[in-house]
Amino acid sequence: MILDVAGLHKSFGDLEVLKGIDLKVAERELVFVIGPSGSGKSTLLRCCNRLEEPTSGSIRVEGVDIMAPGVDINAVRRRIGMVFQSFNLYPHLNALGNVTLALRKVLKKAKAEADDIGMRALVRVGLGDKAKAYPNELSGGQQQRVAIARALALEPSIMLFDEPTSALDPELVGGVLAVMRQMRESGMTMVVVSHEMRFARGAADRVVFMDQGRVLEEGPPEKIFNEPEHARIKEFIASLNG
Amino acid sequence: METLITAFFNLGILRETAPYLWAGFKMSALLTLVVVPLGIAGGLAVALIARTAFRPLRWLVVFYVDFFRAFPPLVLLMFIAFGLPFTGLDLPAFVSVALAFFLNTSSYYGEIFRAGIESIPRGQFEAARSTGLGAAQTMAYVIVPQATRNVIPDLISNTLEVVKLTSIASVVALPELLYAARQAQSITYNATPIIAAGIIYLVCLWPLVRLLSRFEHRQIALH
Repeated sequence: MILDVAGLHKSFGDLEVLKGIDLKVAERELVFVIGPSGSGKSTLLRCCNRLEEPTSGSIRVEGVDIMAPGVDINAVRRRIGMVFQSFNLYPHLNALGNVTLALRKVLKKAKAEADDIGMRALVRVGLGDKAKAYPNELSGGQQQRVAIARALALEPSIMLFDEPTSALDPELVGGVLAVMRQMRESGMTMVVVSHEMRFARGAADRVVFMDQGRVLEEGPPEKIFNEPEHARIKEFIASLNG
Repeated sequence: METLITAFFNLGILRETAPYLWAGFKMSALLTLVVVPLGIAGGLAVALIARTAFRPLRWLVVFYVDFFRAFPPLVLLMFIAFGLPFTGLDLPAFVSVALAFFLNTSSYYGEIFRAGIESIPRGQFEAARSTGLGAAQTMAYVIVPQATRNVIPDLISNTLEVVKLTSIASVVALPELLYAARQAQSITYNATPIIAAGIIYLVCLWPLVRLLSRFEHRQIALH
């Protein structure tokens, strides 16, 4: 197991957002997490690298208990790539600078080596020619691909995508999904929170449906999309298509 | 009109007192070069400490900033220069001035940096931390560079005030520009040196004021 979440609870004050989540993700697996807004999908993802501090439960990444006292969270995080809905590129650095910052400051690579790795990551997302461009000179889709390259450059063992295409104009979604599909083909382990159902049908190994802080049902995409056990899921999927 | 020119714009007097004014100018320039960088560095430190998780330290910083922003810098300087010697701490005039300015300006610059840091969206911290950067690295390479850029107009504006405020060093007889000008005035019974000092300030600060208004226009254009 690359990721093993067990009994995860998370409360914000009185509001219990996650009510005991179990989730296992095997190597090379692409797990899609869907569900209505407020169901806790993003919080689940953000707990997996402790951007949100879980209230209780256990999370193991590559066998390491990331909740253990004294764990080097920065070392854990660089093994977990994360892509955000709002890209969160560093506006004061160009594309290559965005990709190489952690290579240089976390992995302590020399500039030439970091630039080399960074360029390869940018080429992988189809933006080798935009290395010198600043985020405000890039389209949303390009920014998101740079953000993916920033995570990829660290060679994570798992990538978390938090609604990676929700902030994009429809015509820019395809480019980002193409990059994600290509990552999947190269064997990257991925957990994706998204409403891109077509992508999920085509690429996901497993779909997890969350509702009100719980996993309501999980299974292969055909099962969840075509014959879910819960009427709630049918409704939700119909509402997305309508 | 003639009287005005003789009393305020007297070239003969100006020639005579120019060496004093020049010495005063050099002292003011030196003072500025010391107190501005110190204040900015101190301000950044104040802003960063204000964000530590350790509460007592945060409270201490809040108190520090409030106190030195509200306390008149002139009184602060007089206390350091004339009061502290009674406790056995007799600092040279220049050091007294630098210390008073450090306490005062670091709290102002600190508030500016704090506002700058608070203007950076949370997503920037999260993106940086998610790649394994530590809290200090995130501050140094991601947050502070952006925060500083966002508050450059305020930094310039505050610096203008600080430069003008350096004239209070005259109360501890540090021979800065305005002190020299007033000495020259009392010797010559003529206000020309004071006017000259004013013009020197104006000429030196004008470019900064221009720069500031360029920034302000650019910001308006961006919004």
